[in-house]
Amino acid sequence: MAMLDPAREAAPDPGVWRRALANRSFLIGLILSIAILLAGALSFFWTPYGISGVNVAARLQAPSAAHWFGTDHFGRDILSMIMVGARNSIAVALVAVGIGMLAGVPLGLWAAARGGWLDAVVMRGNDVVFAFPALLSAVMITAVFGPGAVNAIIAIGIFNVPVFARVARAGAMALWPRDYILAARAAGKGKGRITREHILPNIMHLLIVQGTIQFSLGILAEAGLSYLGLGAQPPAPSWGRMLAEAQTMMALGPHTALFPGLAIIIAVLGFNLMGDGLRDVLDPKLKAAR
Amino acid sequence: MRHSMSRLSISALFLSALLSGSALAAPRTDIIVGMALEPPHLDPTAGAAAAIDEVTYANLFEGLTRINAKGEVVPGLAESWEISPDGLTYTFKLRAGVKFHDGADFTADDVKFSIERAMAADSTNAQKALFDGITSVEVVDAATAKITLSRPIGLLLYNLGWGDAVMVDPASAATNKEKPVGTGPFKFAGWAKGSAITLDKNPAYWGTPAALDKAEFRIIADPAAATAAMLSGDVHAFANFPAPEAVPQFQADPRFAVVIGQTEGETILSTNNKKPPFDNIKVRQAIAHTLDRQAVIDGAMFGQGTPIFTHFPPFNPAYVDLSGVYPRDLDKAKALLAEAGFPDGFKATIKLPPPTYARRGGEIIAAQLREIGIDLEIIPVEWAQWLEQVFTNKDYDLTIVSHTEPNDIGIYGRKDYYFQYASEAFDAVMAKLDVTADPAARATLLGEAQTIITNDAVNGFIFQLAQTGIRDAKIEGMWADAPIQAIDLTAVRWTE
Repeated sequence: MAMLDPAREAAPDPGVWRRALANRSFLIGLILSIAILLAGALSFFWTPYGISGVNVAARLQAPSAAHWFGTDHFGRDILSMIMVGARNSIAVALVAVGIGMLAGVPLGLWAAARGGWLDAVVMRGNDVVFAFPALLSAVMITAVFGPGAVNAIIAIGIFNVPVFARVARAGAMALWPRDYILAARAAGKGKGRITREHILPNIMHLLIVQGTIQFSLGILAEAGLSYLGLGAQPPAPSWGRMLAEAQTMMALGPHTALFPGLAIIIAVLGFNLMGDGLRDVLDPKLKAAR
Repeated sequence: MRHSMSRLSISALFLSALLSGSALAAPRTDIIVGMALEPPHLDPTAGAAAAIDEVTYANLFEGLTRINAKGEVVPGLAESWEISPDGLTYTFKLRAGVKFHDGADFTADDVKFSIERAMAADSTNAQKALFDGITSVEVVDAATAKITLSRPIGLLLYNLGWGDAVMVDPASAATNKEKPVGTGPFKFAGWAKGSAITLDKNPAYWGTPAALDKAEFRIIADPAAATAAMLSGDVHAFANFPAPEAVPQFQADPRFAVVIGQTEGETILSTNNKKPPFDNIKVRQAIAHTLDRQAVIDGAMFGQGTPIFTHFPPFNPAYVDLSGVYPRDLDKAKALLAEAGFPDGFKATIKLPPPTYARRGGEIIAAQLREIGIDLEIIPVEWAQWLEQVFTNKDYDLTIVSHTEPNDIGIYGRKDYYFQYASEAFDAVMAKLDVTADPAARATLLGEAQTIITNDAVNGFIFQLAQTGIRDAKIEGMWADAPIQAIDLTAVRWTE
């Protein structure tokens, strides 16, 4: 094991897809996630109704053949709003995870490669960010810089940085003493090059798993922020704000809260299950340890 | 052990039944009134926030006259007055035995102090215009005060009944913001910031004592929380309930009484008349042709409210029906926009303060204006931001707000007001109105004023805010309408 060729360790295992699909959490998660992604993608081309118009006469209609999920307090079609809202949730979570990866992974790899005081400084810095409850700090950031989808993305993204830094560093630290890394060093490769060519490919599976989980947390955080009115601003639909607006409508039309709530649950559950399943598949050691 | 426990609980039940029986015999004497906005401070003579007056008016502070539940002027701390034949001198006979909450006597000196303080150059009074035309306040004797005017002011007695014109004591005037001291039937007991303001009955009150021993104004900003607080009985009444969609639920529940009354609140799409492109009357007229008021009332307020077409309450006898000036006509609106140089519309912003009428109404109006190509970016703001950015710094395009002051059409004559509107024709009418006392002539002038601002399409006039009063069915004596900013608890009592 210790002498495994790095190229082989990094190569895709031909059985990985079969094993993944046999994993029940992954399969369920995949189906739910794809459903949400498809709904969001479809909304670019088609939604049952337009979402910018207000039709007060048709407000708070219960689910029917014409409006599968009913209408909200302005008479807008809830299914259409959830589809466009999916786009918003996915975009926010995706970019936030991207920020976390692009900043966090190099930081973690750098800390692992250099070690010593630099490692200490970077990781203690991460601890400081970690010490603040992520959602609370995101609320603070959006309160200071103003509400809006962009600021929500930045706020959620910032708190993804230490998560990825830790995962990358822990993964890299486990690899550095490996014999093939020592061989590469003996061959005269620099630390930067080793990190790029050997370390990063071999911790990719960790990052993918973590990315999927952070993605679901990002969707949840976005919903939380827009519930508080700090996320995407009207008229852009957002699941969290739909839920907030439905709160006082519960007595008149429970469906106004039910469907955005379900959408959040499905998205969060889907990506979480998928991440969980991926971890089991990609990292058998972890599974055995659990 | 189990046996003795159940016996204990049975006797406890019995005891509580007895207690509630005795409670039935004597009505409760405490009340918790919910309000959506917290006042910034409690000095009605130093702030424009309606929440200040709602807590303090008639409860803590009183003026020489007072406005009653029907909007009529009745004697307050002045039990009577005489007006000189030329209408320039008002002699007020003050009530005897009136004391401030700190024990100081109320005399004519306090009248002179209060009015001169409000009129002073460094005064922070939000309604200084109420005192325009007063040249002097004289102390004739301890129980008589004389106010002299430079010109007859038809509304003087009404103006003196405002919360901004209440009587304060020189000794406590400076600290009224945090510890208000007035002459009212309640006295200030405490203020837990962000949560509640409590008042106690004033045992030394000069007039009819309050039926309540204790009153609490509880601040509940969130409409959903307000609904829950009412349903659970944590709060006994809301003078104006913030969640109109919950009203049917309360109407169907025999525990509650719902009274939907009128307010002086003209809810308008305030427009920055100096900021391009809104400085172009054609753009404002296009907006006026686009507004679908009933859709806003239905969608934002669940049907509560009356459409308005000018800045004047429809229930006022001087109201003129201007609904025909700019009927909803999208083709006309688009044509006007094209004439103004915007055939494809334009982008602008709308800043929305927290109340439901603004946040929800703003979304509906943004959707309506999109129909003629005006693309509004919605910017939700908190009240403090709104006061600073919109009201004070005039940094806005459009906003929605309800002007709840009575008889406030005069704001269209203020050059520094946030509408940034200026019209010589309007000023001329206001100047005439100022010196007119005859009610019929006044009504005609008010009609002219309404017509001018409507023709100029100064703002988008949307609807008259309703007063959605919800209370425990066992409470009586609350105002149905809101002719002035007040939650008057002086006559409120529990029937059982």
